[in-house]
Amino acid sequence: MDTETVFAAHSYTSVRIKGEPLGQLPQDLYIPPDALEVYLETFEGPLDLLLYLIRKHNLDILDIPMAMLTTQYMAYVEKMKTVKLELAAEYLLMSAMLIEIKSRMLLPKPAEVAEDDDPRAELVRRLMEYEAIKLAAQRLDAMPKVGEDIHVASAYYQHIVEIRPPEVSLDDLLDAWKNVLKRAKLNQHHKLGRAELSVREHMSQILRRLKAEELIEFSQLFDLVNDGLPKLVVNFLAVLELAKEGLVRITQQEAFSPIYLQASV
Amino acid sequence: MREPENITEMKQILEAALLTAGQPLNLDDMLKLFAGRMERATLRMLLDELKADWADKTVELVQVATGYRFQAKPQFSEFIARLNPERQPKYSRAVMETLAIIAYRQPVTRGDIEQIRGVAVNPNVIRQLQERDWIDVVGQREVPGRPSLYATTKHFLDDMNLRSLAELPPFEDFTQSEMPLDS
Repeated sequence: MDTETVFAAHSYTSVRIKGEPLGQLPQDLYIPPDALEVYLETFEGPLDLLLYLIRKHNLDILDIPMAMLTTQYMAYVEKMKTVKLELAAEYLLMSAMLIEIKSRMLLPKPAEVAEDDDPRAELVRRLMEYEAIKLAAQRLDAMPKVGEDIHVASAYYQHIVEIRPPEVSLDDLLDAWKNVLKRAKLNQHHKLGRAELSVREHMSQILRRLKAEELIEFSQLFDLVNDGLPKLVVNFLAVLELAKEGLVRITQQEAFSPIYLQASV
Repeated sequence: MREPENITEMKQILEAALLTAGQPLNLDDMLKLFAGRMERATLRMLLDELKADWADKTVELVQVATGYRFQAKPQFSEFIARLNPERQPKYSRAVMETLAIIAYRQPVTRGDIEQIRGVAVNPNVIRQLQERDWIDVVGQREVPGRPSLYATTKHFLDDMNLRSLAELPPFEDFTQSEMPLDS
């Protein structure tokens, strides 16, 4: 394990055992992987992790030692990988960004480049903005809120609605009467006489035939010569109705072969 | 229909309405109580008096974003809270940070939020805030994809006991005094 790994943040170099500074973590130190996972997951993203590292080490955010920060950041990210924490792409992107900044700082500055063109500028700006939002969020969270610390008064009262009868004009009344008349006419127009052909009746007839013949070929149900179209239709409806009610079984061996009806057992 | 005869009665009407409304009442709501026979200035004056009348009681009249409401004074909160021991679970940091970004930088898109937080926005976070009626979509940014622009609602201000966003703690409180290196 790299000595500058996760644990660097906890500055164990100050730990002394028998007077000797502990320069390295004992290799057999056991940390339950689950515990570590929980710990690592508390970061809200790469910016949060970077801020943690900066604050933990009292680094000057305006003059970040990039080499140190990058090393530590990478150590965390490596640790996250080893515990198989699903690593958000943002962490990897940040690794790349840190390395880029670090390498740009190693390059000799061209003379004409302005003094304030610090490769760290954008990172610092983002870190500071994120830190401000983080603090603002904590402050919002701490503010009293309705439903938590603020209790709104709500006296009970019997809700009485002022009842206003609807207004009616003579025209409304006339319109209503016309509608009544219109509907009366429609009803008259559509009044039906007693159905001459009853589907129910044909259903019974078919069932009766099935009782005697057991199996009827579909086409035999229809007397195309003597029955009129209405009767044929009603007869067909009767077959469908019988099937729907589960009173007959309709079978066909294969497509286009004869269709047979038989009474359901 | 009977109309109130004096100032005392008018204040009593306001008081009863505010206590029973169940939500903040704004000036227009309260003008309805007097069937249009009340000037806004008079109403404001009456509300000020009402506020003063209640000053030494256990509930107080306060003004929030959507109007006026009566609420228990803060010193009783901890006791009243015992009536409902199952307190609401705290919002996660992701939710609160997203809310803070929307509150201070609105209107913002998801992209803006991701830019500041450095991580992808979980749709759940936005949904939680919308369900609480603390944020809503106020439009779309005219860029490819037309992302939704989020802003905080008046209900958010009501719940935070604020009259306007200007009453939020100033953002400068959270930034270091020298904010250099603006690229």
